[in-house]
Amino acid sequence: MMETLNIILLMPEIFIAVMAMVFLIFGVFQGNRSTDALCRAAVFSFVIAAYIILQTNWDTQFALNNMLVVDSFSSIIKLIIIIGVIASLGLSVKYLHQERISRFEYPVLIMFAGVGMMLMVSANNMLALYMGLELQSLSLYVLAAFNRNSLKSGEAAAKYFILGALSSGMLLFGMSLIYGFVGSLDFMTIQNTLSSLEAIPPGLTVGMVFILAALVFKISAAPFHMWTPDVYQGAPTGITAFFAIAPKVAALALIIRLLYVPFVSIADQWMQVLYFVSIMSLLFGAFVGIAQSNIKRLFAYSSIGNMGYALIGLIAGTEAGVSSVIVFMLIYMIMTAGSFAVILCMRRDGIAVENISDLSGLSKNQPILAYIMAALMFSMSGIPPFAGFFGKLFVFNAAVDSGHYLLAIIGVLASVVAAFYYLRIIKIMFFDKPADLFDKEIDVEKRIVLFLSLFFIIGFIFRPLFVLSIAQNAASSLF
Amino acid sequence: MDGASIIGMEHFLVLAGVVFTIGVFGIFLNRKNIIVILMSIELMLLAVNINFVTFSAYLNDLVGQVFVMFILTVAAAEAAIGLAILVVFFRNKGSIDVEDLSDMKG
Repeated sequence: MMETLNIILLMPEIFIAVMAMVFLIFGVFQGNRSTDALCRAAVFSFVIAAYIILQTNWDTQFALNNMLVVDSFSSIIKLIIIIGVIASLGLSVKYLHQERISRFEYPVLIMFAGVGMMLMVSANNMLALYMGLELQSLSLYVLAAFNRNSLKSGEAAAKYFILGALSSGMLLFGMSLIYGFVGSLDFMTIQNTLSSLEAIPPGLTVGMVFILAALVFKISAAPFHMWTPDVYQGAPTGITAFFAIAPKVAALALIIRLLYVPFVSIADQWMQVLYFVSIMSLLFGAFVGIAQSNIKRLFAYSSIGNMGYALIGLIAGTEAGVSSVIVFMLIYMIMTAGSFAVILCMRRDGIAVENISDLSGLSKNQPILAYIMAALMFSMSGIPPFAGFFGKLFVFNAAVDSGHYLLAIIGVLASVVAAFYYLRIIKIMFFDKPADLFDKEIDVEKRIVLFLSLFFIIGFIFRPLFVLSIAQNAASSLF
Repeated sequence: MDGASIIGMEHFLVLAGVVFTIGVFGIFLNRKNIIVILMSIELMLLAVNINFVTFSAYLNDLVGQVFVMFILTVAAAEAAIGLAILVVFFRNKGSIDVEDLSDMKG
């Protein structure tokens, strides 16, 4: 075994971590008036980190004595995460001022969460996985409570913290069982040991299920979704956007690596678990979402349902399945960023409104915003010319190719049910009596996010194979 | 030596399992106070530590004990953040009862 540090491979993570600490010190001296500058500097740091990733060799290499791995999968997922983090930083610069929570800790916490997410997708050892996951989770708990004067924000943070800590406990318990039965925490060693075993001891299966349950919690798939609606609703909207955009991608990438590297030889066991989780999420996301009146809650149920689709691609168990999940998550992330840009524009007289009915008649008051939202909602519900259709198409295609017809059928049906609440938003915007005007001014950052996401969901149809080939490149490094 | 008097690996594992279960039940059955939930979380993490140390001793492998050090550190950070969130909640609500975590529903 090569015992090497290879610390140069971790330059993007180290760079962001160092910059976050520099910003923290800078913020302490300069106070909250430096928040805007720090947000911009954070975006700039992430751009530099992305540049470093693009310059690095993407062949599979190990760092810190096999603790972390850098390959095309981790590099591509890191780039996707960086896009999401930059989008959510852009969305919340103005929002923080509007809500009077413009404090310098915000960009610093986002950067630490970003480092945690990047470490998660590079993890090649249970210890590295745990540390990355906790760095991300602890930052997110604090972010959820960021609006200290809001009761809802505090309550959301408390719920998120309690259930998050419970899931970390389950994750650790599962890891301890794996460690006891395999004698190692290294992903490669676990993979080799498991494939050499003739019968899998029940303790190992229990450990795997514990780990899987904890990670399913992090991507908010049913039946571990209870925190999602409350956290989405209670957290400040700019931060909800961040929750919806970046950490889901990181946690799903972590699940992909865990299932296809250490646990690949017990695929028939984890597939049963995911089969159940996927169907539950599809049904919960579709049916409970119908009853929502708060748009942030609606997006929470939408995210639960979408995680169900992503898991369908994983259950397919093929390289095509994994690349379809990566494409699906990229498209989902970009659509969510655009939708939250619209939600953040929903303000009357400087006060944020969150009910779906507040959108009524938007097509008369602000036609451009209404048409963009309509395109996003069509894309979310999977209507053909838009990117959302292709995300679902690739996932279902992978499931059908590997013989999971039932799953694909349930997925299509759930997508029809879920289309109800997406189309209802369009109906309210275009056919209902106009409500009072929203505040007109929309800041530059939101405009950029809106138009880029619109550009992506419309432009995807012209170059679907380009995106797919990137995802295939990522998936190929796991097989 | 008499076999019945030896404390073996299974005893430690059963202990860890019982402590972990008490922790989980503490979170779900407790209807009174959020501080108790924080204690239950701590209990779960300590049960995991017992597991790791046991396996580490029986496998003659140090990695498990190193992991315990990391868990202890993260648990301390987690408790600090948990208490901070609790203070924020208490300032707004004036109570830390589990029942009062009910502003949002549906």
